[in-house]
Amino acid sequence: MKKWISLVLCITLFTTLFAGCGSTDTPNGEVYVFNWGEYIDEETIKMFEKETGIDVIYEEFQTNEEMYPKVEAGATTYDIVCPSDYMIAKMVDNNMLAELNWDNLPNAKQHIGAQYYEKSEEFDPGNKYSVPYCWGTVGILYNTSMVKEPVTSWSILWDEDYKDNILMQSSVRDLFMVGLKLNGYSMNSTDKEELDAAKQSLIEQKPLVQAYVIDQVRDKMIGGEAALGVIYSGEAIYTQRENPDLEYVVPEEGSNVWIDSWCILKDAPNKENAEKFIDFMCRPEIALMNFEYITYSTPNDSARELIEDEDIRNSKIAFPDLSEYNDMETFSYLGDEADEYLNNLYKEVMSN
Amino acid sequence: MNKKLLSAPYLLWAAAFIIIPLLMVLYYGFTDKTGAFTLENIAAIATAEHGKALWLSLLLSLTSTLICLLLAYPLAMILAKSNKGKSFLVLLFVLPMWMNFLLRTLAWLTLLEKTGVINNILKLIGLPALNIINTPAAIILGMVYNFLPFMILPLYNALTKIDSNVINGARDLGADGFQTFLKIIFPLSIPGVISGITMVFVPALTTFVISTILGGNKILLIGNVIEMEFTTTGNWNLGSGLSIVLMIFIVLNMVLSAIFDKEGEGTAL
Repeated sequence: MKKWISLVLCITLFTTLFAGCGSTDTPNGEVYVFNWGEYIDEETIKMFEKETGIDVIYEEFQTNEEMYPKVEAGATTYDIVCPSDYMIAKMVDNNMLAELNWDNLPNAKQHIGAQYYEKSEEFDPGNKYSVPYCWGTVGILYNTSMVKEPVTSWSILWDEDYKDNILMQSSVRDLFMVGLKLNGYSMNSTDKEELDAAKQSLIEQKPLVQAYVIDQVRDKMIGGEAALGVIYSGEAIYTQRENPDLEYVVPEEGSNVWIDSWCILKDAPNKENAEKFIDFMCRPEIALMNFEYITYSTPNDSARELIEDEDIRNSKIAFPDLSEYNDMETFSYLGDEADEYLNNLYKEVMSN
Repeated sequence: MNKKLLSAPYLLWAAAFIIIPLLMVLYYGFTDKTGAFTLENIAAIATAEHGKALWLSLLLSLTSTLICLLLAYPLAMILAKSNKGKSFLVLLFVLPMWMNFLLRTLAWLTLLEKTGVINNILKLIGLPALNIINTPAAIILGMVYNFLPFMILPLYNALTKIDSNVINGARDLGADGFQTFLKIIFPLSIPGVISGITMVFVPALTTFVISTILGGNKILLIGNVIEMEFTTTGNWNLGSGLSIVLMIFIVLNMVLSAIFDKEGEGTAL
């Protein structure tokens, strides 16, 4: 008897617990978006909800590596994610993304520049899975009041004079990109000797590094906490606005050109709404709002035309002419084995 | 029957959120990616990186537990003795716990930074700067600050329970203050000491937030390694294996406290 009662209680508790999840009273359903932190003007989400009556459930992640297991585990079924280049390739490889129906994405077809689709072919051949959302480079942000010499090379991050004044990125690929480029290797190297050499350099650098961080590079550089920091170009414009002493440079050894793109997941429950959301974000005036808010370079050519400030529209930081630089690369997916090897090297650097 | 019925929600809670997750950790910890049985994830603690992280975690958490004990004991005695405004004083120590743990730790970051509040004040009065951010010292500070109330409360509890007649008796029989403390007060407060140690040591051993924020990711604790395996590198099997190793230390601590604190006096807040 007792057992029966507790069993009934269990069942009712569980069913009522999860009943709430499925049904909400929005007229046109919902869409689950999983995007980078601080990577959208939230006003645009409200505008989308108002116009379409679709409820947007918006969540954020800090790194590609953090996003992937969450999507893979499937605790929440997201509709849209915004991974970077190499992570898109990995997700395609693992059959996690849905092919896009370009007929439902007229704004994406019309307004995103052809060169960005071309660049996307490197990780998404045939442009089947991704719509470019933001792009940029990775470089060194430095404080001209603390760094008097010209900054041209990654090697300045190994200069003893700046001990405790250097900020490095803490995500695996971004950290090793610097180590590999310093040694003159491709940042997509899977050669164990080359990776070991990069690891060795990073270990040698560690005593000089103040901290390994991600988003905090921005605030720390604005506050004058450090002299040099590895940062995404999109953050550079924002930081310069806040602290005019800061300069951004892409080192001569080359660096990373990245694209973050909207993708729809294979088992997305709301594919149509997802397409509507992506296409809405590709409208020039919406893309402009997002650009002005997050200051990451937009691949939306029509939106770039609309930028009023000429300095920004022609900014070398926001819209660099890639042909001027050598050895600019896009991350590619290294495969599980090399990934694991790299992760172990990363742990060695971090625990050293 | 009625009593059992009342405990049903808790049993359900325990099953869903304690027992099942624990079993999952055990399952992942003893299998590899293909699901075959392996001990590799447990043995992985012996690698240089993991071993060093575990050693550092033990060192830092033991140090901060000791500091907490030394700071909290006199304080708990003062609290237990004072008559006026006692509840206000206790409130003062519990008050910070009402604030979010992350916020409190981030606050220390802005205090300790190179251009932070403390250094600005030091500079203003012409003293040399304090450079402990991103060092083990900053992590210990963060641990002590965050977990001190967990030491004070059980100690305070154990000390208030001591019958004042026992202490008066000791004094009447000629013991001086120090002797009374050593022979009467301290032995009677052991249950509080033990549960205080457990409540500080366990969260300090497993923390990864404090070392990330105040250590600038430069100091890898075992909590950081496990967090990394679950979030960024996505190797849940290895993460679970290392968690199991960590659990051994926690269980060891629990066994010790169970031996000393048989009546569970100290844990009752």
